Amino acid sequence: MGGHMSAITLKNLDISYGTTKIVHDVNIEVAEGESFALVGESGSGKSTVLKAIAGLAPDWTGEVSVLGKPCLHKPDRRFAETCQMVFQDPYGSLHPRKAVDMVLREPLRVHGIGNRDARIAEMLNAVGLDQRFRFRFPHQLSGGQRQRVAIARALMLEPKVMLLDEPTSALDVSVQAEILNLLKALRAEQNLTYLMVTHSLPVVSFMCDRLAVMNKGRVVEIAQAKQLHTGDFAHAYTRELYAASGAEIDTEDTL
Amino acid sequence: MTTKDWLLDESPTSRMQANAGRAYRMGLAMLGNPLAMLGAAIVLVLVLAAAFAPWIAPESPVGQNLQARLLPPSWDHWMGTDELGRDIFSRVVYGARITLMIVALVALISAPLGLIIGAISGYFGGWTDKILMGLTDVFLSMPKLILALAFVAALGPGIENAIIAIAITAWPAYARIARAETLTFRNAEFISATRLLGASHTRVILSHVLPLCTSSMIVRVTLDMAGIILTAAGLGFLGLGAQPPLPEWGAMISRGRTFILDQWWVATMPGIAIIVVSLGFCFLGDGLRDVLDPKQGGKS
Repeated sequence: MGGHMSAITLKNLDISYGTTKIVHDVNIEVAEGESFALVGESGSGKSTVLKAIAGLAPDWTGEVSVLGKPCLHKPDRRFAETCQMVFQDPYGSLHPRKAVDMVLREPLRVHGIGNRDARIAEMLNAVGLDQRFRFRFPHQLSGGQRQRVAIARALMLEPKVMLLDEPTSALDVSVQAEILNLLKALRAEQNLTYLMVTHSLPVVSFMCDRLAVMNKGRVVEIAQAKQLHTGDFAHAYTRELYAASGAEIDTEDTL
Repeated sequence: MTTKDWLLDESPTSRMQANAGRAYRMGLAMLGNPLAMLGAAIVLVLVLAAAFAPWIAPESPVGQNLQARLLPPSWDHWMGTDELGRDIFSRVVYGARITLMIVALVALISAPLGLIIGAISGYFGGWTDKILMGLTDVFLSMPKLILALAFVAALGPGIENAIIAIAITAWPAYARIARAETLTFRNAEFISATRLLGASHTRVILSHVLPLCTSSMIVRVTLDMAGIILTAAGLGFLGLGAQPPLPEWGAMISRGRTFILDQWWVATMPGIAIIVVSLGFCFLGDGLRDVLDPKQGGKS
């Protein structure tokens, strides 16, 4: 916790796709500098919440604001400078015909930011990619390297809030740890706020301060990440989820 | 470090090197495909014949010599002469200019038009898609040659009108392909990510959607060139395309039809030119598909 102003505010958020309501009445406050997790099974609506904040799931009602500014129902230039998203699938989130350099140049071009070559070189260092990857195409990179490029792209505009949609679930276990360590280090360096969707409790306990547990489109419990050590949760569903992955938490806690 | 090493470097140091390397790999793949190389050679000969027609052709394409009417192929007249004593070889060589012009202009008009309409339609979906695809369907549902005939009849015969008519009938197929291609990745995360960076719809379509549609478009246009040549020749044959004395191949066949039993070469020589060039574009198109569109390649 520790922030003074709230970075992300969700009040009475309902989200629909067409006529089906997917997410019901979500209320979450994420403090500035906090790392907050949305946890739940597939289909619980956790990714949809991220998409609504980003403007990619435009059909919502309620109140959504990032750093005090209300969000629009579509992606927006001004919003792009404060909040960016990293997607789940590093194979689908990079344009197959654009080299890394082009991918990282795009945000600078869209926002008319100068000194591009130096900024790109610096960002590659920051995400731990060697300069020799700069002019490679996505098919010449591994999954972990691609995800580093996607993280670099999201950070190019120096946002304060990052939405992370299961950033490691499509990666090999060994690479997962690298990416999580990278995200953790970047957060500490740049004082970022994370809202992270995941279905893995060990990732939460490694990365996050608090978590909201979602089930069938509703938040059933908001808890401290520390509670993952003891398993002392209020809601039955959370205890169930904890029991299902409980054994792994202590072993992977040191990752 | 040799040029080859520089081109094939896995870690290029500049954007130019990365692009040059990609082009070089494609070139290598083309070289490994004999039919594609044959097609490329035929198209190259067509382009050279068109560019250097005055130096290649031994005689003027329109100069008449009534003493030398309907001569069979010989050393003096490689492809014989027609009913006005014009050297058929010279006319076929000059005809390459007309064919190339038709093909190039039709491609330049219809491919970008179809590409943009299809990309917009697929990207936005909804009503935009319904309206644009409805329009496309109307054009697609009419037979190409008949539609072209109707346009030429309305605009008047002539090579420019034939080009416009063929272009109008050619774009709907490209719009369909571009739309289908766009639909496969309109919800892809790289498009969402670009939108989240604050890029406008126009920017996303122009610099992210279109580059992914162009390779299948280039393949399709190349394969369609044969059809375009045949439609142009068909219009010429019916007297609605190029007008005499222009040495257009279809019009030449039409003139030679009268003598086909006794002086077979008058109609046959331009016919062979049409077949060879059409085949050349087909081979080239197939080769390009293997190189540019690995998804479809190798199925045959």
